[in-house]
Amino acid sequence: MIHIVDYGLGNVGAFLSLYNRLNIEACAAKSADALREADHIVLPGVGAFDHAMELLEATGMRETLDELVLERKVPLLGVCVGMQIIGNASEEGTSAGLGWIDGVVRSLAQRSCGNDLPLPHMGWNDVEPARPLSLLRGLEDPRFYFLHSFYFDNAREEDCAATVDYGARFTCVINRDNVWGVQFHPEKSHHFGSILLKNFAEL
Amino acid sequence: MLRPRIIPCLLVHEGGLVKTVKFRDPTYVGDPINAVRIFNEKEADELVVLDIDATISGAEPDYRMISNLAVECRMPLCYGGGITTAEQAKRIISLGVEKVAISAAALASPQLITEIAAAVGRQSVVVVIDVRKRTLGSTYDVYTHNGSRKAGVTALEFAEAAANAGAGEIVMNAIDRDGTMKGYDLALARQLRERVNIPVSFLGGCGSLDDIAALVDTVGVVGASAGSLFVFKGKYRAVLINYPQPEVKEALVQRAMRGD
Repeated sequence: MIHIVDYGLGNVGAFLSLYNRLNIEACAAKSADALREADHIVLPGVGAFDHAMELLEATGMRETLDELVLERKVPLLGVCVGMQIIGNASEEGTSAGLGWIDGVVRSLAQRSCGNDLPLPHMGWNDVEPARPLSLLRGLEDPRFYFLHSFYFDNAREEDCAATVDYGARFTCVINRDNVWGVQFHPEKSHHFGSILLKNFAEL
Repeated sequence: MLRPRIIPCLLVHEGGLVKTVKFRDPTYVGDPINAVRIFNEKEADELVVLDIDATISGAEPDYRMISNLAVECRMPLCYGGGITTAEQAKRIISLGVEKVAISAAALASPQLITEIAAAVGRQSVVVVIDVRKRTLGSTYDVYTHNGSRKAGVTALEFAEAAANAGAGEIVMNAIDRDGTMKGYDLALARQLRERVNIPVSFLGGCGSLDDIAALVDTVGVVGASAGSLFVFKGKYRAVLINYPQPEVKEALVQRAMRGD
């Protein structure tokens, strides 16, 4: 069953109701014990990097997540700040990230320097795959809802699975082995998001 | 390419949805949850829901209603009405709402914008500014409590202060155009776009998709919000929840972005 990590951040209810509509079994996991049976994990998140790490550590799920993701290779999808904390660190704070994919979370203000576009990056934008992606299977002109001011600067080029253009082109889908992260909000992106979440469930 | 956002704005009054004209004469247009379901099917870009009773009555936000809306809503949702503390904002975000909108409370204490941004992230803080143009000149004054109280600050001054305090978006609402369907106030849109460098949305006056195209043509990628356009149909204003078909919307966006 798909387990949505419920650590007080992100729209757990939206993921559950979306999977419910797709007739795919999903549940919220609030503790390490509840996570054990997961065959897929969604790690949502909104707000600040440090706050997300603090809350996640406080649930006691960190070690179990490490074990499930790194040793048992359970597919995991980080969403928005849930994607960002997959990296090593963030310019937004001082906490260390989960470090599952090497990279640093950086401010878009630096990236699009000179273009002077309004921040946060807010709204529907086109997502361009860097390689054929099972996650985007069946989607023509994939487009998702973004709402963020920081982005994942992946250390290894091959971990970038898709990019988006806002002032400059940056990574918006990361992937290494069983670990996936998306900067946008599939749970709020109508049929685009619903197909992506269905594809994830089928990984 | 980042697209302009076409955003239905729904007003909640006594538990039902209403549409006003110049902030008066609320007409009942249906049930909030039912409207959300229709906008899900139509794949609306975003949704704004404003409880127009909460600030007037001084009541707490209706968390039960907000939670019901959030669970149903498959597009980003912005809720406003009666929020006066960062705690309330945090609670609303935790119910699954993407953005919280504040207005009167932000005018009373701009510090509140900073506090809410610290609690939920600035991307989730929307400041709604209700304005009226002065009879003479091109200055706009800010009003609160559904247009009944003059705040003593101009639209642009307050927009700039809100952006500096940590707002992630400004929704500029032209009271005198509300429900008139006579088009957006493009002069106001231009002034605001030049003054702040955060996302902005405009509300008040939209009567057709051409009005949206004109707005995007004038100020680029912004939010085009509307009430009447998405709840009424035809010149007799028959109640019918509607939203442009994807191909119509895409053609409109492409045309406006090219500037023809």
